[in-house]
Amino acid sequence: MKLLTHNFLSSRFLKNVATGYPLLLRVNEKELREVEFDQDFVQNIMPKVDYNCLVSTLMAIGEQGALPNELPENWRENEELLKELHRVLVKIEVIVGELECPESGRVFPIKDGIPNMLCQEDEC
Amino acid sequence: MSEGLPTPDYSLSIEQRESVYEPAEDTFLLLDALEKDIKKLRALDARIVLEIGCGSGVVSTFVAQNLGKHAFHLGTDINFVAARCTRQTARMNRIELDTIQTDLIRGLRLDRVVDILLFNPPYVPTESEATTDIERTWAGGPTGRGTLDRFLPEVPRLLSSQGVFYLVALHQNDIPSLLNHNEKELKGEIVMQRRCGIEHLYILKFSRI
Repeated sequence: MKLLTHNFLSSRFLKNVATGYPLLLRVNEKELREVEFDQDFVQNIMPKVDYNCLVSTLMAIGEQGALPNELPENWRENEELLKELHRVLVKIEVIVGELECPESGRVFPIKDGIPNMLCQEDEC
Repeated sequence: MSEGLPTPDYSLSIEQRESVYEPAEDTFLLLDALEKDIKKLRALDARIVLEIGCGSGVVSTFVAQNLGKHAFHLGTDINFVAARCTRQTARMNRIELDTIQTDLIRGLRLDRVVDILLFNPPYVPTESEATTDIERTWAGGPTGRGTLDRFLPEVPRLLSSQGVFYLVALHQNDIPSLLNHNEKELKGEIVMQRRCGIEHLYILKFSRI
């Protein structure tokens, strides 16, 4: 699971959960994938990304690196920043870990790089 | 079978074939329809592509291979073996995509950002609901639309302003009612149809009005 995917996950479907976002991420095993830098990809996708969610998650897993806490206005022209965004969005791959609902504490496992968001009928 | 654009490489193990739908006529009809529309799809400059029930991963991989590199590809499947199979097929073709094990789009926060949405649902009318993973890949309940009818109301919420939704359907699913299932927000059209043995298959495409 890439952190870009994590950015689009929430546990709002659970009973009595208002936003369920961001999900807390814990990593037991991760890898860095070889993905060719693609500036257009980063420029395309960033407007859809919740930057606060990204940064707080990176901080939690010790991967914030050189990323600033706030996205600077000129991010589109800053190649170093675009490269770092590319690294954290698509190169870091969580293989084993878990996601936790910030409100209910419900845990969703990640196995073989695949988060499991299934729940029982009475949970949602 | 697509003639111009190559079909992705894939290889399902015996274990995978017990629970994952193997690419068949319906899969290839969807690939043909996507190929027919490929110029339009490229012109969308899609950011997010989402496939529901990604199964073998052939469809998502095909789109990723032929769309260009700048989109993010996601697939969901209720079956873990299928979600893993999609990743495997993507990697085999050197494509980056992520999969999520879930029911349809549960857990996804993708309001109005999906530019290309794909679904080859379990469309075959069956007397009873599916009970095993492999049955769930094709058995659609009495109308053949059990799973699809749960998903259709979500479509307008997912699609971006330029978003398109491709759907595989069977004649018995009632094509006219599918095309008009949400007349206020979506317009539907038939992109392709083909008789394959006893199945009369359709590829429908929906976009925002």
